[in-house]
Amino acid sequence: MNKMLTSMLGWVDARFPLTETWNYHLAKYYAPRNFNFWYFFGSLALLVLVIQLGSGLWLTMFYKPDATLAFASVEYIMRDVEWGWFIRYMHSTGASAFFLVVYLHMFRALLYGSYKAPRELLWLIGMVIYVALMAEAFMGYLLPWGQMSYWGAQVIVNLFSTIPLIGGDLVTWIRGDFLISDATLNRFFALHVMALPLVLVALVFVHIVALHAVGSNNPDGVEIKKKKDENGIPLDGIPFHPYYTVKDIVGVVVFFMFFFAVIFFAPEMKGYFLEHANFVPADPLVTPAHIAPVWYFTPFYTVLRVVPDPFYGVIAMGAAVVVLFFLPWIDKHPIKSIRYRSTLHRFNVMFFALSFIVLGYLGVNPPEPTLAELGLRFSEIYFLFFIVLWFHSRPRGAALSWGAFAGLVVLYTIYDLARLSTGSPGLIFGSWLMPTAYLVICLLLPLYTKLNEDKPVPERVTS
Amino acid sequence: MKKNILIVLGLLALILPGLATAAGPGVKLDKADIDVTNTASLQRGAKYFVNYCMGCHSLKHARYSRLASDLGLNEAQVRDNLIFTRTEDGDKTAIGALMANAMRVKDGKEWFGTTPPDLTLVARARGEDWIYTFLRGFYLDPSRPFGVNNTAFDNVGMPHVLWELQGWQRLAEHGDSHTAPVFEQAESGRMTPAEYDQVVRDLVSFLSYVGEPRQTERKVIGFWVMLFLVVLFVVTYLLKKEYWRDVH
Repeated sequence: MNKMLTSMLGWVDARFPLTETWNYHLAKYYAPRNFNFWYFFGSLALLVLVIQLGSGLWLTMFYKPDATLAFASVEYIMRDVEWGWFIRYMHSTGASAFFLVVYLHMFRALLYGSYKAPRELLWLIGMVIYVALMAEAFMGYLLPWGQMSYWGAQVIVNLFSTIPLIGGDLVTWIRGDFLISDATLNRFFALHVMALPLVLVALVFVHIVALHAVGSNNPDGVEIKKKKDENGIPLDGIPFHPYYTVKDIVGVVVFFMFFFAVIFFAPEMKGYFLEHANFVPADPLVTPAHIAPVWYFTPFYTVLRVVPDPFYGVIAMGAAVVVLFFLPWIDKHPIKSIRYRSTLHRFNVMFFALSFIVLGYLGVNPPEPTLAELGLRFSEIYFLFFIVLWFHSRPRGAALSWGAFAGLVVLYTIYDLARLSTGSPGLIFGSWLMPTAYLVICLLLPLYTKLNEDKPVPERVTS
Repeated sequence: MKKNILIVLGLLALILPGLATAAGPGVKLDKADIDVTNTASLQRGAKYFVNYCMGCHSLKHARYSRLASDLGLNEAQVRDNLIFTRTEDGDKTAIGALMANAMRVKDGKEWFGTTPPDLTLVARARGEDWIYTFLRGFYLDPSRPFGVNNTAFDNVGMPHVLWELQGWQRLAEHGDSHTAPVFEQAESGRMTPAEYDQVVRDLVSFLSYVGEPRQTERKVIGFWVMLFLVVLFVVTYLLKKEYWRDVH
């Protein structure tokens, strides 16, 4: 039996690089031995992609991409299709899980400088995946044809209309009609089940190829390929298979505990995963009281809302995503891992994560004056983070620090003065202290304290 | 130009949804405190629904046959007690049919100013507490076409269908988002307030069930799935530990 299998493998290997591929990507792919919690999210993202493709395939068998039938066909899946409710909840929960996992995966890169040389291209491919994922999620959200599907799509598609000159025609071209209609639903369906999944799978493949060419980073940010034994195997590396396959399986089981807990016990997740208003069929004549995108878009939605002019709002929102593409060239600090960078950097990264969460929270709520003001300040801090990151890429003198500080403060103070008549001066000047305090800590404090001192980086990985 | 105005309006709706919510639910909701696993309550709720509600409100995504099996009824019981509609040919609606009604969209608009909405998903869209508050919130208001208004749904276009059971009540004190409104009984109905509350609770249970028929089933399955995952976790963790012995 064994002999037969070996000869069969030989037959295949003579015609296809099966063993070679297996070894290159798994059995002889040497990954650093010190991966921690944050390194589960790459394989989990892959898992969620498979869940979405599988559940999506089955949903496609019963779903009807027709404005008059779509809503009822989803309810048909929920009620009359055997296990249809389970497949649907897997897909709707999977969408949120995908973004959660991807955000944590991206945050890992920020923590350990995984986007730095030689992994810039890996980061760029990942960012393209993220943008494609956003498009995929947006198109998919229209398909249940509920009120939030309809009006959410209406709002997002209308963003394109703010583009000067071509905006109006462009939006009509995207919708295929003068309003969101059956034509829009059909093309979004085509893009959601055909074009974008294909793009996503292809990009994920390229992402993994790029990763395995440069090798994985690790929590210490040390290049394991620099120290090899006499066989050319990294001293701090272990074969991905079986070590990380068995470890990732544990991660998958823990992930499933959360994933299935949501599916079986709280599939709506209090309206965050399935919005309540989406249980009302789409009605072009009735605008819902409060249109909020699903949670994973809300940080950027807040950035959009804080700018009064729609066109500049769209630019600001776009910039909030695009700036991430440039991370490898913004943060040129030679030390990769947050473990060996300064206390100040640690504060900066943590505060950025906090700001992102606050922006997300503000995006699900109506912009009452205080919340809208907070939204503006956290949006400012969101962008200032990247400037601070770039600023501390190398040691800076007192003159430059004071100069940068003054320049930035003047910039947003001018904007505050310009909008003074539109809001309460107390609120504007009170909240003015937020970005200013942030900049004092990040730009001025290092001049007078040891907050910005790096730690020595070890030669080999620790633990 | 007209299109641009529409776009600006659309964006305004996006930037200023706070204004729109002013018209939304600003009332304190009473707790419905229901139990969707209580089959007797669901059966009573189904009875009340087909008798009092279904003339105007359909449950067009739900099916009689599923209702029968989920509520512990046989097909004859459902056919005799819950199906009051007929097909266009005049035959009695089949047990496998969806729970539609005979009201035409045009008639609804003419009689109520709006089409009575389908209620299959009302519990998921508005919440159980909202339905409970709504059905207990009708009060006399001579300025309205049907003589009643509602605390949970201001200027609702619906008459107080359950008046025979509840009687009529007057609004003594307006409520807001923190305090519940106070009613006083103007004319008593066939039931005591406690009995009426139970009727409403049965209806809410039934609508909650109809909103997601598999909700009880999924929780039961979920329990076993979680148990399996705990066992699987122990096994996979031990496997990982065994493999990693030579690394650490």
